[in-house]
Amino acid sequence: MTSLETSGSRIELKDRRTAFLEAFPPSVLVSLGWIGAMLVLALAAPFLAPHDYLRADVLVRLQPPLLFGGTWEHPLGTDELGRDLLSRLLVSIRISIVIALVATLISTSIGLLLGFAAAYFRGWTEEAILVLVDAQLAMPFMIIAIAVLAFFGDSLALFVFLLGFNGWEAVTRIARGLAISATEQGYAQAARDIGASPWRIYFRHILPNIAATIIVAMTLNVPGVIMLESSLSFLGIGIQPPETSLGSMVGYGRRYLQSAPWILLMPSCIIVLTTLSISLVGDWLRDRLDPTMS
Amino acid sequence: MILWLLGRLGRAAVTVTLIVTFAFVVLRLSGDPAERFFDPGDTPPDVIEAFRKAWGLDQPIWVQYLRYVENVARGDLGNSIRENRPAIDTVMERLPMTLAIMVPALFVKLLLGLTAGVVAALYRNTFADRLIMGVSVFGFTVPSFVLGLLLALLFAVQFRLLPSGGSSTLAHYVLPVLTLGLSGAAVIARYTRSAMIEVMGQPYVRTASAKGVLWHRVVSEHVFPNAAIPIITVIGFMIGSLVAGAVVVETVFSWPGVGSLLVNSVNARDLAVVQVILLLVGFSMVAANLAVDLLYGFIDPRLHRARGGED
Repeated sequence: MTSLETSGSRIELKDRRTAFLEAFPPSVLVSLGWIGAMLVLALAAPFLAPHDYLRADVLVRLQPPLLFGGTWEHPLGTDELGRDLLSRLLVSIRISIVIALVATLISTSIGLLLGFAAAYFRGWTEEAILVLVDAQLAMPFMIIAIAVLAFFGDSLALFVFLLGFNGWEAVTRIARGLAISATEQGYAQAARDIGASPWRIYFRHILPNIAATIIVAMTLNVPGVIMLESSLSFLGIGIQPPETSLGSMVGYGRRYLQSAPWILLMPSCIIVLTTLSISLVGDWLRDRLDPTMS
Repeated sequence: MILWLLGRLGRAAVTVTLIVTFAFVVLRLSGDPAERFFDPGDTPPDVIEAFRKAWGLDQPIWVQYLRYVENVARGDLGNSIRENRPAIDTVMERLPMTLAIMVPALFVKLLLGLTAGVVAALYRNTFADRLIMGVSVFGFTVPSFVLGLLLALLFAVQFRLLPSGGSSTLAHYVLPVLTLGLSGAAVIARYTRSAMIEVMGQPYVRTASAKGVLWHRVVSEHVFPNAAIPIITVIGFMIGSLVAGAVVVETVFSWPGVGSLLVNSVNARDLAVVQVILLLVGFSMVAANLAVDLLYGFIDPRLHRARGGED
């Protein structure tokens, strides 16, 4: 690497490999690879699973994984009912990822709608929305989620919808701020002058212009949802048996911490690596797409 | 200053109202108490009607709401179905156990988190900084139940040094406190580092070091007090959410506190207890936020001047 010193500013001549690695640090590449692999596993889970994830076989209860004395029949071992852990893990990845994505879509939609409504109506509507944002921030969301699930019973639809209320306030604040400054700009004014409806202005003109920041906020919301979902499922309040998610696998595996630690180790590793990868990619996206947020 | 104080108190009152209303709404939406209490199939309608009258369920919804608020204010929050006594007693009995791990954990968080954050900020972009930030990213992304179980697997199952669950001896405190402390320390370290770095870039810090003030005095007299404000916000949030944070860790280590009580009550549908814990968490969040706001006014002289009056 050579560097040219000119008056005060330094210009570095980089070869292509250095430039590439600076734009895509190895940690981000590995994270992207991991996220990609998880998405593929989530999509292909039903085809990849060697066994039916619900089929119990008490003759092969608590079998260890392959390298610890297990067999090829059950490469990751079996659980307390003799169900194949590899198959359960694949299905759990699928469920946890689908829930995280759906919940994030819900929270982003709520956040955008409220943020745009605050920016469009201003006045008391905006004040009311900001009070809601404060209230959401003031209360640990996990407690609200537990209370709602306690009172209304655990149905999958309610659970996913509830997780969709996690993190909308961040999107609302960002969308409101950006939309208010965008309405002052030429393109929004021009759209208004030719008679475009508010819906059209906000969703066809302003949204594409602020999309980068919203995408970053969405990405950074996903690890939180995964952690919330897995914590609630771990507590036995989220995903109910016989369905399974990464958190509920850990929850059931906890009883076999001494005799069969592999039951909870694999899903735990997947949770940690996935949330870590998404956070790293989110931070990287933020630095790349949006220099104003940091 | 007085106006500002009133404003803060008003906001706290609005939040308390929202929390109580939320509790009332979920309580009422979750079903007719009369139908939960009796089986509508084999109870004569006039018995259900008498029950409704006795409990005020035949009144308009806003009368019921006012009555609910009145009961909350008097501390009358219904009976625990499982223990057949006031739910508030059940919760208060468990509270000391929760505080017994949460308060030591708070000290661990502050000690580790503040030290790590300050070191990372002062030695920015060195190996120490990268190491601290790397570890704290892990602390951020590892859910506390995973961290707790990994610690249990390591220290209880593998090395057999510590018990993995229960609360009878002092050794039982180590793993829950460590789990809570480590994940909280990661959060505090990150906030401390970025608050310090931001303050160190301010003109008054440059002025102080340019006029020859020793660096350690610049840090202790100019950087720390100014960086304290965002850090206090985070700590306030942590104090307010002590009970909430206990839910997962108490379950992992079978700790008999409010958190595991909440999980057990949800599974047993003991709604009165769930409601008491919801209100308890809400009120402690509001109290902690209010305390943080008051503390700001106390430590930051700019606030008194900006918010009206010479104080």
